[in-house]
Amino acid sequence: MPETTFLDSTELVLNMGPQHPSTHGVLRVILKLDGEKVMGTECVIGYLHRGVEKIGENRTYLQFAPYVDRMDYVAAVSNGLGYCLAVEKLLNIEAPPRAQVTRVILTELNRVASHLLWLGTHALDIGAITPVFYTFREREEVLKIFENYCGARLTTHAFRIGGLQYELYDGFEEQVKAFCDMFLPKVDEYEELLTNNRIWVNRLKGVGILNADECKEFGVTGPVLRAAGVSWDLRKAQPYSGYEQYDFEIPTAQNGDTYDRYGVRMREMRQSVRIIRQAVDKIPAGPIGKTPKVIKPPVGEAYVSIEAPKGELGYFIVSDNSTQPYRVRVRPPSFINLQALDRMVRGGLVADVVAIIGTIDIVLGEVDR
Amino acid sequence: MAATPWEGELPAALKQRFGDQISECSTYLGQNFAVVKAEAVIPILEFLKLEADFDYLVDITAVDYPNRTERFELFYILYSFARNERVRIKTAIADGYKPGTATAVHSVANWLEREVFDMFGVQFAGHPDMRRILMPEEWEGFPLRKDYSIIKQDDRWVKENLGIESGQ
Repeated sequence: MPETTFLDSTELVLNMGPQHPSTHGVLRVILKLDGEKVMGTECVIGYLHRGVEKIGENRTYLQFAPYVDRMDYVAAVSNGLGYCLAVEKLLNIEAPPRAQVTRVILTELNRVASHLLWLGTHALDIGAITPVFYTFREREEVLKIFENYCGARLTTHAFRIGGLQYELYDGFEEQVKAFCDMFLPKVDEYEELLTNNRIWVNRLKGVGILNADECKEFGVTGPVLRAAGVSWDLRKAQPYSGYEQYDFEIPTAQNGDTYDRYGVRMREMRQSVRIIRQAVDKIPAGPIGKTPKVIKPPVGEAYVSIEAPKGELGYFIVSDNSTQPYRVRVRPPSFINLQALDRMVRGGLVADVVAIIGTIDIVLGEVDR
Repeated sequence: MAATPWEGELPAALKQRFGDQISECSTYLGQNFAVVKAEAVIPILEFLKLEADFDYLVDITAVDYPNRTERFELFYILYSFARNERVRIKTAIADGYKPGTATAVHSVANWLEREVFDMFGVQFAGHPDMRRILMPEEWEGFPLRKDYSIIKQDDRWVKENLGIESGQ
């Protein structure tokens, strides 16, 4: 026997991506492995970089609004809401009540759609093929509502600075209510498929733990933070668009593992339906808001953030009193949450990397911007 | 609406602790910020984290003003879970000045500072991994600088790597 064989070699560097079905886009992860154990990772990102912030500086405030939808394209409505709120803050104006309630309904519907896409693909990554067909079926109903409202399904550009572009269509309330009634039993169905499924539980329990202190250290927000036991949601902590009027809970869990993050997102979908039901019953009459003809915010800067499906989505805009922003900075939750991937996978098994990438719920359009 | 002075315990504590390193504590549109000297940023972040519970660094970003001698403004946005409050720390630095890294105080600063370097060319002293993050590593130029036109690109890189004359 030779003294050393290749079996003794200690470390293997494995490349995963950028073209890989379970990295949810063009994410490349370089894994350093010792056998099946992950010793360290490095993320290579930027494949989808389109210079959104640079484009923002070269467009007027109004022209830039459709671009923000292309960052987190599965939650375009949230992107649009954050941008509109940030510009409204700089202008020191507020959307009228009818617009605000409509915004809440559409944003919560979008949260449901985003979580459904996450659930389907996350389950698919782990080997459960069935849920994706169910979740896409229900997501389709949400997209139909968007399509009826503004003509687009994904990159909706649903809101305008100062309010809304379109009045609600006839039958909007009924369609939203019908969706809510139909949807809650479907969540039970997903849970029946997964929550106590032995394979699902074994693959997720204790995998990719990120505790509350680590979350804060890495600036991780959204369901990942809440699954670590921190009851923090911007809709409650610093309400915007009238979220303080609605009665809902912040789902949390204690272990901060992949299974808890699954549970938190499932309960969030139910809470979203709860908010939608309250909102749709009390859409006030009145104007839907008017976009100012000329948008020239006074010199100054403002940071406004919202609770997007993936975490804290912030816009930092600097105005120099011209029609174009001097600087637009997007604080993308996906980008910042992805940084914690290394901490979550280190010491785990290579097979769990896929589960952990899925559980962070990233969209590469937003990571790379 | 102009910025008004930011009053309260926190700005008072900051001014007492850091003296003339803090040149302004103001509120604009209900958002508090402090303008500080560049070398004081990291001690202030540390002070705010340890003694005022600002344990979440939300974002680091920069703004380019090419006509100023201190060309870049750096922004650090902080949040405190305990107080439910945000604070912005703002500083100005000249081109070529290397501000200290915040990675020892907040791990999240790692990628955020890399992005500022990538887009503006501001190097952070003591950063464990000061490389580009979104642009290709061999790319020349810093896209979010104001003198970098929106249609500009690194022609050499495009030619070598994509095999075309121009991406435009």
